[in-house]
Amino acid sequence: MFPFSFEWIWDMGHMVFHGGLWYALSILGIGMTYCIIKTIIDTARDSESDSRP
Amino acid sequence: MKHVDSKAKKYGMVIDLDKCTGCGTCMVACMAENNVPFKKDETDKRLSITWMRVFKLTNGKPYPDNEICYLPRPCQHCEGQHTGHSPCVSVCPATATDYDSETGIVSQIYTRCFGCRYCMGACPYHARYFNWWDPVWPGEMEKYLNPDVSPRMRGVVEKCSFCYHRAQLAMEKAHVEGRKELKEKEYQTACTQACPAGAIVFGDLNNPEHEVHQVAQPDPHHHGRPKNPNAFRLLERLGTNTKVYYLSSREWVRRAGDNYLDSEGSASHE
Amino acid sequence: MDSALWPIGVKRCHISKFLMGLSIAGVVLLWGVVGLILCWVKGLNQTHMNDYYGFALWIWADLAVIALGGGAFFTGLLRYIFGIRELKNIINYAVLIGFICYSSALLILAIDVGQPLRSWFIFWHANVHSMLTEVAFCLSCYFGVLTIEYIPLILENRQLNKVPFAHHLAHNMHHIMAVFAATGAFLSFFHQGSLGGVAGVLFGRPFAYREHILIWPYTFFLFTWSAAAYGPCFTLLITWLTEKISGKQLVKENVKQLLAKISGWMIFTYIIAKIADTVYWALVTAPSKGFTLMDFYSNNPIYGIWILIVEIGVCGVVPAWILVTPRLRANPKTRLIAIILGVIGVCLNRWVMVLQVMAVPVLSFDTWAMYYPSWQEVATTILPVAYGVILILISYRYLPIFPQEVELNPIEPSPSETVEAMNDAAAEDAMVSNGEPATA
Repeated sequence: MFPFSFEWIWDMGHMVFHGGLWYALSILGIGMTYCIIKTIIDTARDSESDSRP
Repeated sequence: MKHVDSKAKKYGMVIDLDKCTGCGTCMVACMAENNVPFKKDETDKRLSITWMRVFKLTNGKPYPDNEICYLPRPCQHCEGQHTGHSPCVSVCPATATDYDSETGIVSQIYTRCFGCRYCMGACPYHARYFNWWDPVWPGEMEKYLNPDVSPRMRGVVEKCSFCYHRAQLAMEKAHVEGRKELKEKEYQTACTQACPAGAIVFGDLNNPEHEVHQVAQPDPHHHGRPKNPNAFRLLERLGTNTKVYYLSSREWVRRAGDNYLDSEGSASHE
Repeated sequence: MDSALWPIGVKRCHISKFLMGLSIAGVVLLWGVVGLILCWVKGLNQTHMNDYYGFALWIWADLAVIALGGGAFFTGLLRYIFGIRELKNIINYAVLIGFICYSSALLILAIDVGQPLRSWFIFWHANVHSMLTEVAFCLSCYFGVLTIEYIPLILENRQLNKVPFAHHLAHNMHHIMAVFAATGAFLSFFHQGSLGGVAGVLFGRPFAYREHILIWPYTFFLFTWSAAAYGPCFTLLITWLTEKISGKQLVKENVKQLLAKISGWMIFTYIIAKIADTVYWALVTAPSKGFTLMDFYSNNPIYGIWILIVEIGVCGVVPAWILVTPRLRANPKTRLIAIILGVIGVCLNRWVMVLQVMAVPVLSFDTWAMYYPSWQEVATTILPVAYGVILILISYRYLPIFPQEVELNPIEPSPSETVEAMNDAAAEDAMVSNGEPATA
């Protein structure tokens, strides 16, 4: 799964397979991170507007 | 032809079915050598672990034309159509079974196998066995276990290794003696040595000096297909490219080694 | 008692009835858990599997639930990528069913392996050439996608949604759901396919083996195709069942008909490909290995040629014909027959590609291997069904799964609900004025 595991080989099979995997995982990770950060900002903005007189 | 030191080995076996009496000594020797576990009740043979299993074949004809033949079946150590593309090695998801291109032996790494059994489904020879139970040896039998072979735990797959621990021991000895090559008789499997009829020969199929090469006459241009007209391999047509060759002077036995359509001649073994 | 948790504008059964339903499913679940614990503690000797039947009921169940759960990825693809808006009314339920199916598949796999604690080896020591590795990676990742798709639904619970963080998170996740759905479709394509590849690459098993396109056997494409074709049938079937049990119409007829039509055309095209594959396999692939078609369908007590006829004809051609014919599709009875046949058809296909593969002898001197499951196998296979029922019961009661339910089943709202609904509307208006869309 990682290049430092001993059976890793830098061949086409490993690069295509793991390339696809990490690409998908990155999209999911970045997507969720974006959602959470945006949610924190939105929530903070809400509480600011609520506290405004 | 001079045998080159660096040339990869291709260990294989030739089993002469005309000599095999079906005594089962090879099975017993294999179990003892490799610490193969057994249960109190072994009536269900599909739950029995038999790295070497002797099948009984019949030509299906009525008496007096009835003939039988015993066929010992170890792991066939398939090479596939390109090196290492054995049915089992190619499917194992955790690289727990591997093809050693130096020896041609298909290994099984018990501590890495997580028991998915895909390799068993892939093997057409049913040479792979699952440990459905934890191994238990009766009484003081544990003291008789072979210290060179690790027993396997419940939940993993095991199979014939061509007694690879013997190869390791022989290589260690050769190394100490400053040799790079093993002599033919230095590395022999337990079943080969135990067979009272001398039906099994074992050695390097790549080495023209070894008996296995001389008897089977593998054709390197056709994935090792035997040139000896009496030799055959099991399920040759599937492209498994096995390293276990069988000899028989009887046509029906040779035909029983594979599947044929009616149009390809009558299958006399049926 | 728990009405404050119900979605606004809907009516649910009394809590005692709900708890009764949960209890019945809970008992079945408990039975499964007993089987599961036995398998984990005592080992796989609790099953009727053997060295000829290394793959059996569980692997079939795995393949079947993943195919049936295919409705999630395909409906998601149609809704979010192709923009078919009507499907928004059924996508939530498709996601929930998909989530149940995939979590069940992972659970079954965890029981099925001989050394469950080593399951992570499949990721760590991955053999990238094994179809099962591809299955494990894509299945786990896609389960992650389904969880991401299910989370906003949970957050939309009436009470949870009052928490500003939950409210915004659900909204933001909806906002980029197309990205997740596209990733899910990519992952699904590969794991549905590689599940087909699991059998198709077995060149030692002529019954399963198929010719390849690049590295993928034909079964790779057929499995993806069939999951996309039959998965929506399962979504429709469970929707029908839910409507019958709840006694309410939950999804409008046009939505059901649209999904049935898409499913019908998918089955129609799939079955043509399946017939072509079968003909090629029977006339070219199998004979090249020394087998005739009938070698695979004779001399055994179960696997006759009937199974091929039922799979392709009765459960393939017939549902395709019903669902592509507007008059038959519009008739709820014939449509129901078609979707039931479709569900049976895909399950039968998976059965054949797992259990019959193991049963057919390959060595000329070997015999057919027959198998029946132990109660532990049956219990652990039914366990996910009970778990699915429980999750559906809870989700239906407390989450806004069916957007059209309120419109289709109008009730007099209680005063507190009216106030809440007004507050929600005000909050949505505020968001719109902030430059954000009211709904994703």
